[in-house]
Order: sequence, then structure tokens, then C-alpha cells
Amino acid sequence: MSEPTNTAPNAEFEASLQDDALVQVRRLSISYQRNGKEFRAVDNVSFDLAAGETLGLVGESGSGKTTIGRAILRLLPVADTSMWGSVIYDGIDVAALSKPALRGIRRRLQMIFQDPVSSFNPRRKVPDIVGEGLEIQGIGKAERTELINAALDDVGMSRSLVEGRRPHQFSGGQCQRIAIARALAVGPELIVCDEPVASLDVSVQAHIINLLQDIRETRNLALIFISHDLAVVRNVSDKVAVLYMGKLVEIGPNDALNQHPAHPYTRILLDAVPVAQARQKIVPSADAAQIPSRMMPPSGCRFRSRCPKAQQHCVDVEPELRATPHGQFVACHFPNNQ
Amino acid sequence: MTTPTSIELVLDCNSLSAQFRTASGPIQVLHDISLTLKPCTALGIVGESGAGKSMLIKTIMGLGPAGMQVSGHISLAGTDLSSMNERRRRQFLGAKVGMVFQNPMTSLNPFVRIGRQIEEASRYYLKLGKADAKALAVDLLGSVGIPDATDCYDHFPHQFSGGMKQRIMIATALACQPELLIADEATTALDVTVQKGILDLLQILQSKRRMSMILVTHNLGIVAGRTDEILVLYGGHVVEHGPTDVVFANPRHRYTEALLGAMPRIDQPAHTTLRTIPGRPPDPANPAPGCPFAPRCPAAEGRCHSSMPPMTVSGDGAHRFACYVPVSTHPSDFRPMAPAVATGAEQ
Repeated sequence: MSEPTNTAPNAEFEASLQDDALVQVRRLSISYQRNGKEFRAVDNVSFDLAAGETLGLVGESGSGKTTIGRAILRLLPVADTSMWGSVIYDGIDVAALSKPALRGIRRRLQMIFQDPVSSFNPRRKVPDIVGEGLEIQGIGKAERTELINAALDDVGMSRSLVEGRRPHQFSGGQCQRIAIARALAVGPELIVCDEPVASLDVSVQAHIINLLQDIRETRNLALIFISHDLAVVRNVSDKVAVLYMGKLVEIGPNDALNQHPAHPYTRILLDAVPVAQARQKIVPSADAAQIPSRMMPPSGCRFRSRCPKAQQHCVDVEPELRATPHGQFVACHFPNNQ
Repeated sequence: MTTPTSIELVLDCNSLSAQFRTASGPIQVLHDISLTLKPCTALGIVGESGAGKSMLIKTIMGLGPAGMQVSGHISLAGTDLSSMNERRRRQFLGAKVGMVFQNPMTSLNPFVRIGRQIEEASRYYLKLGKADAKALAVDLLGSVGIPDATDCYDHFPHQFSGGMKQRIMIATALACQPELLIADEATTALDVTVQKGILDLLQILQSKRRMSMILVTHNLGIVAGRTDEILVLYGGHVVEHGPTDVVFANPRHRYTEALLGAMPRIDQPAHTTLRTIPGRPPDPANPAPGCPFAPRCPAAEGRCHSSMPPMTVSGDGAHRFACYVPVSTHPSDFRPMAPAVATGAEQ
């Protein structure tokens, strides 16, 4: 497969990136082979994440958010996948690590999935599930028990509650707590949370979000929070990155994106969030968004086919990420609020 | 055949209860539910999993699981359903009610061209001929926003994206010109932008075709600004019911208030601590006496634990709630967006 060539240089944005950040994603591109055709899931994405910081990754399905999360942990399938660029974690190039070295770094990088139950072995008992990572790391039994109990305490599940029980005996919210405990047990510095609350009821979701926030503070964790729900991302993130068809279209401080969304796509996403409050009757719009095929993204700006502001220039030239007065970077020729 | 008063309501459920018999005793899933739906109005039915939302819809549609015992009355478009036999009821509901479910992939037959799937209902219930049914199907595809409807008529479901499949489901639900359209978590699995498109479409179709609509959802945000009334279910009980804007601006039941406070919002500052609801939803197999929310309610008093609060009707009669210690109506007391964790401190 060919290396990405036609991507915008993003010189201004790249100059703003920090060389001492905990996580440094640099010009990351990832392609999958599907039915003999190449399809680029992630295209020239760069960002930083400092220790204790939370980055929200948002976008529609197929925007590449999960692929980026998995690439950071090197959890992508090896077959039919090509990756360019680098993921540097604390000065270590994750992509270049050997298997034993990778095992070492996995202690510091963990992941939580949308469906906790399917990420558990249904036949193992909960304390063993929580201690699985520790076992792989070769931690002795006594220390393991201590770490398991501490992790369970941190997520509000006591050892006595889970002792001898299996995942199916717990509710969805409790299983997500167990999944968080499993991630915490090995003492990570970064957790990639892939839609961790998408399948939970509102009241349970609030518990899990508050829990993640508490743990983040007490353990000074860095979080990458992948979600399609902008209200949840607004709550948990320090920084937000918006992806569209594998491209970074806007990135910056949470407040800047929330209050001054520069990219028309960010605006559309924010406007589409259902808000639970007394409001005027919504005036429906009859146009259905025509989402282009991922196999054949539009030329120039990928968003142009759905963009209310698109012009000929957007067809011809791909926009670079440029700084806005509010502190974010946006890849748009005609950004809002500028 | 119908009296003028009954024509006024599209749906009228009166003291609807449903229970299962199990080896360990009966399990009641719906408790004394009454609701009415006027023509051309949209009702939102909201609640968390296990609240009885889907069970209520299934009971109305006669699709409840075998062995379910239903009591109470349901009438649709002025006709009492309980007096009908199985066959007549199916004929009647099939022509009067359209339904859209959560997962379009499992509702559409993957081996059958979508045009034929849309025609199925109109040929069966309206006895349309082949050509008429096809013309109607193409017309419906156009009206739900599918481009090139004539070409798409011959396509298979896998050739469409999730949002487009849901539009096709809506077209099939509209085939018999229903008086009532029920969307049961119809946008839950979709992206926010696609979700907005589908909700917009439902709203447009509802007013254009002068139908009534029921939106069933766990997401309170979906019904805000899109429905005329909402009905909040908890543990198989109606806990609050009223005009949508009134309930959102001034929820009276403690559960509705807590649920609104638990939702993250884009207009809140980052890292706002969300209000949480302690405890767990009630177990229908071990119902406690009294209000189903009492064990989790910050304001619960002695009587809340011993007897079910009756429906209280507010000033104009449109807003009702089942709570002994309702949230104060004073606007300044109610701040669902406040970061506070304060419980029961309203006064």
C-alpha cells in the first residue's frame, strides 16, 4: 500500500505540538484492506496528551476514533492493516516495540470497552478477571490480592460483593465498574475509554462518569475518551478532537470548541445533540445528510459534500489545520466565528 | 359506528395492567396505566430499562409474550380492542398503526428487495394490486428521503446505511396510512447527526400526514421539543405525565427530577459532577409496597414506603404525577443543570 501523499502539510499545527507530552501521536495514518481495496480509516492525525489530561475523540461512526484508540495501545489487527506515522508514549515508540517490551508498557496503558460483558471471560470469577493483567505481569499472589482489592474499592465494589461470583451475576453498570477495576489494577497512567457509557441507562451512566472523573483526579490518569455523545465528552474532556472520515477537522480546548465551534461539522454535531430541557418546538429540516463512501472520499475537503458553506475552493484544495483566535485548530477554508 | 366523543381520541388506555404467572408467583410489569392520545399529537414515553416502556407498547399492540394476563381497556380510534378476537384485532391494528423498531437490520428481511417489503402491508391490509402497491412504495421511499426511489425499489437492505434502513422501516410503517405511528427506540443505535435526520423526518411526516405519534425512548433529550406530551414510566407505573415543556421546566415527581439531573449537558461547564440516583431500579419479582421510587428517593417519607401515592393533578389538569412529596413548583427551586449534589434540600 502506498504511503499517504496528498495530505495537507499542517505546518502551523505541527509546530504547536509539544515534544515532551506523555502521549504524542504524529502523522498517524492507518489503512485497512477490504475486499482487495484499500480504505484509509485514519489520515494524517497528530495530537498530544499530557499526564492527567482527558482528550475527547468525537465523530460519527466510521470517523476513525476507535482505530486511533486501538493504535495507541497497539491493538490493531496485524493482517490487512498498514500504519504510518508514530505513537510515542513517554518517549517510547509504541509501534516499534518488541513483544516482551510491549507487555511491559501495557501495564501503563489500559483500555475500557463499550460492552464490558463481552470483554470478560464468562467462566472466570470476577476477582480473577480483575487480576488477569497482574497475572500476566507475573505479580505474586499476595500482592495481586492487595491490588485487586484496592482496584475494586476504587470503583465502589467491595471484595466481599464480588467474591466467588461471575460476570453474569452483575448488572451492566456493575460490569462496567469491574472493567474499570481491571484496567486500574495494573496501575496505568493512560486509559483509552471506548464508548464506556454508551450502553448504560442515564442514572447508571452518571455514576460511571463521576467515577471516572474521581479516579482521574486521584490517580492523575490521562484519559482518551471516545464517544459519539457530545454531552458526555463536554463533561469529561479537557481537550476535544473532532474527526471526520479519518481526518482531524478541529482540535482544541473543550471550552473553545463548545463555545466557538469553528468547523461547520463541529457546529452540526453540537446542534444535533438532543438537549433535555424545556425548549421551543424544534423546526425539522427535510434534508437527509448524504454521507459519502469511505472508499471514495470527496476531493479537497472531505466534508464539502455535506457542508453548507462549500465553494469551489473546497473542492480543489484540502484545508490545513490553522489556529483560531479562540485557541483551537481547524481544518476549514471558511471557518465559523472568525 | 363511533360516537363523536370517542373519535376525539386516537388511543385511550384505561387502567391497563399486565402480569405474568411464574412458578414463584405472579410478576406484575404494568400497574394501572391510563393514557390518552389526541389526533395529530406526539407523545413521548420515557423511562430507563425495565421501566415497562416496551411492555406497554407490546400490550397495546397485542404483541405481549404468551401467558401475559392483561386487564383494563384499550381503545384505538374509538374502537374497543378488548372485545375483538385475535384475528380481527390484527387486521384492525395492522391497518391503523405503523411501528418502527430499534434495529432496522433485524426488522428487514435481508433476502427480499426493499420495495416488496414496503408493499407487503398495503397489499395485505389495503388489498392493493401489484401496480398500485409499487407506485405507493416508490412514493413512500421518496417521502422518507431516499434519493432515486425508483432505483432503490429493487435494492436489498444491505445496500443501505443504518440511517437509510431506518428510513425504509418508516416507509413500511406508513404503507397503510396509519393513524398512529409508534417509534420504539427508533434512533437509539444511530449517530447523533443521523438521529436528528430521522427525528426531523418523523416530525415532518406526523404533521403532513396528520397522524399521532408515540416516541418511546430512554433518552429524555429526544422527546424535548419534538413531542406535545411526555409520560414518564418507572417500575411499570406512570409517575408523571404532562405537556412536554411543562414537565421539563417543572418536573414534579422526584424521579423525573433526578433523571434530568443525571444527564450530562453540553451547556454545563466541563467536569461538572453529575447528580446520581442511589440504589437500583425495583425488581418486579419482589415489589415493595408504596411508591416504586421510594427506596431511592431523597425526599421519601414514611407513607411513601407503605402506600402508592395517588395521581395528583396540577392546576389546569394537564399535568399529573404520583408523588406525596413533589418537587416545589417555584421556578428558582428547580435547577436540573446545577452541579449541586444536594438531595432533598429543596424548600
